[in-house]
Amino acid sequence: MSATASGLANAFGILVVLVGLGAGLTWIERRLLGLWQDRYGPNRVGPAGVLQVVADMVKILFKEDWVPPFADRAAFVLAPAIAMTALLLAFAVVPVAPGIGVTDLDGIGLPFALAMIALSVYSTVLAGWASNNKYSLLGGLRAAAQMLSYEVFLGLSVMGVVMQAGSFDLRAIVAAQRGLWYAAPQCVGFLLFLLAGMAGIHRLPFDLPEAESELVAGYHVEYSGMKFGMFFVGEYIGIVLVAALAVTLFLGGWLGPALPPLLWFLIKLAVLIGLVILMRAALPRPRYDQLMAFGWKAMLPLALLNLTATGAILLAGR
Amino acid sequence: MEMTVQISIDGRAVTVAAGDNLLRACLSLGYDLPYFCWHPALGSVGACRQCAVKQIHGDGDRRSGRIVMACMTPVAEGMRIAIADPEARAFRAGVIEWLMTNHPHDCPVCPEGGECHLQDMTVMTGHVRRRYRFTKRTFRNQYLGPFLQHEMNRCIACYRCVRFYRDYAGGRDFDVFATHRDVYFGRHADGVLDSEFAGNLAEICPTGVFTDKPLETDYARKWDLRGAPSLCVHCGLGCNTTVNARAGRLRRVLNRYHPAVNGYFLCDRGRFGHGFTTSGQRLRAPLLRGRPVPPDQALARISDILAQGTAIGIGSPRASLEANFALRHLVGPANFHLGLPAAEARQMAAIRRITAGPVTIAPISEAERADAVLVLGEDLPNTAPRLALALRQAVREGSFVFAETLGIPRWHEAAVRTAAQPVRSPLIVATPAATRLDDVAARAARLAPDDIARLGFAIAHALDGGAPAVPGLPADLAALAEDAARALAEAHRPLVVTGTGCASSAVIEAAANITLALHRRGRPGARFHPVVPACNSQGLALMGGRSLDDALAALAAGTAETLIALETDLYRCAAAADVDTALAAARHVIVLDQVRTPTTDRADIILPAAAFAEADGTLVSNEGRAQRFVQAFVPAGAIRESWRWLRDAGIAAGRPDFAGWTGLDEVTAACAHHLPDMAAIVGAAPPASFRIAGARIAREPSRTSGRTALAAEISVHEAKPPDDPDTPLAFTMEGYYGPMPPALLPYAWAPGWNSVQAINKFQQEVGGDLLGGPPGCRLIEPRPDATASYGGGVPAAFAARAGQWLIVPMHEVFGSDELSRLAPAVAERVPAPYLALADGDAARLGLGEGDAVILELAGASLSLTARIGLGLPGGLAGLFPALPALPAWGIVAKGSALA
Amino acid sequence: MFSQLRTLWTVFLHLFHRRVTVQYPEQKPDLPPRYRGRIILSRDPDGEERCVACYLCAVACPVDCIALQKAERPDGRWYPAFFRINFSRCIFCGYCEEACPTDAIQLTPDFEMSEYLRPNLVYEKRDLLISGPGKYPGYNFYRIAGLAIAGKDKGEAAAEEPPVDVRGLLP
Repeated sequence: MSATASGLANAFGILVVLVGLGAGLTWIERRLLGLWQDRYGPNRVGPAGVLQVVADMVKILFKEDWVPPFADRAAFVLAPAIAMTALLLAFAVVPVAPGIGVTDLDGIGLPFALAMIALSVYSTVLAGWASNNKYSLLGGLRAAAQMLSYEVFLGLSVMGVVMQAGSFDLRAIVAAQRGLWYAAPQCVGFLLFLLAGMAGIHRLPFDLPEAESELVAGYHVEYSGMKFGMFFVGEYIGIVLVAALAVTLFLGGWLGPALPPLLWFLIKLAVLIGLVILMRAALPRPRYDQLMAFGWKAMLPLALLNLTATGAILLAGR
Repeated sequence: MEMTVQISIDGRAVTVAAGDNLLRACLSLGYDLPYFCWHPALGSVGACRQCAVKQIHGDGDRRSGRIVMACMTPVAEGMRIAIADPEARAFRAGVIEWLMTNHPHDCPVCPEGGECHLQDMTVMTGHVRRRYRFTKRTFRNQYLGPFLQHEMNRCIACYRCVRFYRDYAGGRDFDVFATHRDVYFGRHADGVLDSEFAGNLAEICPTGVFTDKPLETDYARKWDLRGAPSLCVHCGLGCNTTVNARAGRLRRVLNRYHPAVNGYFLCDRGRFGHGFTTSGQRLRAPLLRGRPVPPDQALARISDILAQGTAIGIGSPRASLEANFALRHLVGPANFHLGLPAAEARQMAAIRRITAGPVTIAPISEAERADAVLVLGEDLPNTAPRLALALRQAVREGSFVFAETLGIPRWHEAAVRTAAQPVRSPLIVATPAATRLDDVAARAARLAPDDIARLGFAIAHALDGGAPAVPGLPADLAALAEDAARALAEAHRPLVVTGTGCASSAVIEAAANITLALHRRGRPGARFHPVVPACNSQGLALMGGRSLDDALAALAAGTAETLIALETDLYRCAAAADVDTALAAARHVIVLDQVRTPTTDRADIILPAAAFAEADGTLVSNEGRAQRFVQAFVPAGAIRESWRWLRDAGIAAGRPDFAGWTGLDEVTAACAHHLPDMAAIVGAAPPASFRIAGARIAREPSRTSGRTALAAEISVHEAKPPDDPDTPLAFTMEGYYGPMPPALLPYAWAPGWNSVQAINKFQQEVGGDLLGGPPGCRLIEPRPDATASYGGGVPAAFAARAGQWLIVPMHEVFGSDELSRLAPAVAERVPAPYLALADGDAARLGLGEGDAVILELAGASLSLTARIGLGLPGGLAGLFPALPALPAWGIVAKGSALA
Repeated sequence: MFSQLRTLWTVFLHLFHRRVTVQYPEQKPDLPPRYRGRIILSRDPDGEERCVACYLCAVACPVDCIALQKAERPDGRWYPAFFRINFSRCIFCGYCEEACPTDAIQLTPDFEMSEYLRPNLVYEKRDLLISGPGKYPGYNFYRIAGLAIAGKDKGEAAAEEPPVDVRGLLP
């Protein structure tokens, strides 16, 4: 098998698994939320309700694909595509296991992933603006401010890891955690990364751009059919991406005893995704001003402090 | 200049009319004070003890007061009363509790429920829980005729019914029986209540003892009934009514208070005559030679016919001004004829000559206050019942004046009656047959129509020597004329009533002379009241047109091909042979009518016309008051207002002027524009564009139920409610309800007042003017400068002929009106066709009451039953139902045609 | 911050709680008799229609989904000539039952009344009338009301005296 062929197989396999996981998560999340809320969740379609995903797909694909006449058509169509592709591209640099992964990008995987997450803000901003709806616009505005702000802390929170590992190469970072996962020395960074990551993909409780109770559905209020589906799946891919990056950066990636590396990666991924869903089940949404204040007044100083401390310790240790 | 006094109610200083009683003053100011026995028209007797308030002595505090009955207490300067006082409240609650001890557990099966004064008052006093644990007294009910249902258990012994029926309306066959808590209100035995005002008991009774029986056959509660302000169409008085409809059917007619016309009361013809709208005689679809066709096909045919040749129109005194005008406009004024018998047209013209003179036509409210009344030739209880009721009160005018000399106010009913028992104002009645008004008349003369006219001319001569004298008057008539002239001359507000009832123009001419004589003697209070047969007779007379005979002659001669008859049964207007000839000669006969008549049976095209509750329009009452009636519901099928049919026919015939008639207002405006006499009719009610707070007025009460279920078995999708381009009212409950112009008031309701007495809240003072002024506008006002002169057509004295009888028309309150007699309830009361004979004549013919009798009249032979004891003068016979050609000479024989 | 974590933990522990969801079509819910489901018209203990067509349910109905027409039997008993409930509008608020003075209209614990066609949700009297007294056994309005009907003359209802002899003048 040639390198190109294996690379293609890798890329295609990861794409399929990722999109499948994104879709499957819609069911997993609802079942888990059900569990935590003492109910069942979807349990009617197929065994334990797994085919709910199929039912939802059928429904969403057959819905009228409607573009409002007052919308900016080009931007309106482009926005959901960006939402999915940017996050899918970011996954290209995630090292799933030795030999599994699309590319290392010559050691600049981490900045690329961060850049892609940053790009995904365009989807929400464009969607909010193109919809020509006051709720959408408010959602888009919130998204822009929120994501730009938390992008800063997302970047800063991983800089400790980069300093410790001395590399932007994600495989190198994983390899550097062979003795101790960075979650331990970089516990503050880990925490900040998780929070900033969730804010970055505007996941509950940081879903202010689409806050149902105040903005109806925020930036995607005018979307239906598969365009809405792309936002929806994009959100779940985002969860997987943030979880995968957290596993890679802080939880030692595929490293682990006894079990095969791929399995270790998936176990860690599952735990993190579970945590993200638990946060949705348990935590209420903050007010918008609280969110911004928390970012700039708590997370930024903490991230800078963490960076300074890491740097100081590293310098001292040299 | 009304005198006022200052009193204090619950610590608030208010100004009230001097001489009033406290209850009326409080209610007029908007205070909610419960009452039962008091009624604005019946006065105070202080029987129910319900309107208790505390009168506080001098400057003392609350505890120094005493309980007084508000209805029996005159207001006095500086008086301090407390309605909200706990002791007075407890007293009122206690009274209700006593009343309720015997009240049955009936409300769900009581037709009064939901509009019950007793329910309202019970809620008002706060009595909510029954403490009485003992037995209730019960009564057996009576059959009281087709109009009223009797349920005596519900009685609270307020005595209103017997006070109205006996004291106010003069009925004799209804009374109170037994004693103490067992008092019983009814007849001595089961039977039909005689009085033509019995139906008012349903409104007078504060609870459900007397209820509207025809309503119970198709019952709906008040909150479900869509209302509209309407007019009675069964005689010429123009009484205001509220029509109630639900689910596309007219359910009942209620009195609608009008201070100058009908006040609080209607006659039973008006209240129960509406049943014709649902009768089997009703026309519901356009018929082309007896075959139902869609409206467009009928209209297309009519437009073809109109294109072919001259069409003549016959207008109707029972159709609205707008309908008549639309016909006049369609056929042209030269081809417009009046649907009146020739004699009646002459009588209307005679009336017109009086009303164009210097004497004002009295509204009924003024007739009620007249202090001397002369009735010439009119059997009022049968031709204008509500006026008869008013004259019954006018007779009491003298007793009020007498009581006032004793310091007894008008409203103090029981005291006035006791103190002034023998005192009566003079009422002089001269008619061919006995009337039910005779019992209160000072003089009642039974005369032939010509003798009535001679009596009238003699009275005029006695009042003013300038009036023509009557030669050869018998001594008794001369004495009567002197008495009558003296009574009228001495009165401040003399009233002369005459009309078309005895079918004599001479009688009307005589009345004209009397009014003129009174005017010349300087009696500014003198009034005249013409009685006309139909609801728009006066309007049709004002509109003017050629006579019916011209129309029939033109058709018979072939100068006109087409006849369009508007709501007219020609067989009631002209001799049958003449009508037959004319209809046979006409190439096309188009008839618009509400019900099947002998004329519609001869028509090529029949268009179903909307009845009064299904249409909007303007009617002119005998008083000359133009009043608007408003549609209550959109009838099923192809029924339309007559003016709409005629407009559509005009549009179909390519007449551009009809295309602009989109709503009633345009037709009314066109009518007012073309007929200067009627310029004021546009002001009879607010136009369709009228809005209150930007909203239409809601015809349905806000609690109307069943909207999403009533028609669900046809379609679960609720249909859009119909639009109303003609009036400012909406057909649904969506819209405004509150203070409004009274001409638009669709029903009377106020918070806490669900009964008919909610009208209190729409009056400036209770029993007085309506807020917003009286509905309608008078088209006929006196011309004091008119140069009227005495008419000189004194007829010769009536001379009986041997073997022949002069047949005069007899009128029946139930039966003479064309439409109301089709109502099932009224039909039960219509007497069999009869011939009334003088007692002496009957004896000579060997006839007793109820015997079969044959009348040979104008070549036809009629089988009738004989009636005697009506006091007819010899040589005269009264025929019911009347024929258009009366009076005429006929031959009477014993036996029946079959025998 | 601690409270957030405690919340997370508390919610997490719900993983081990019993689920409250009733698996409806397989497992029928145990509804109390006063549950407000399908509306019925009941009969009195003598087997006669309890409804006297007083219109109070109709006026109480906030969505106006009840329509009826009063009719009267020859003996004076009131009954509805038709009685129609449009269940596609009904909100099962129970005001009709509360308003009913004769305990005729009652809401039952049956809620399984879905239809594919809205017209099938329009229930007529034949669909509503049951053969028993429903939740309120024993009550018979006409035994208390003053109206005379067949089998109960004036003065024979509860706490009534025999009809007054109006010609008697005894105190």
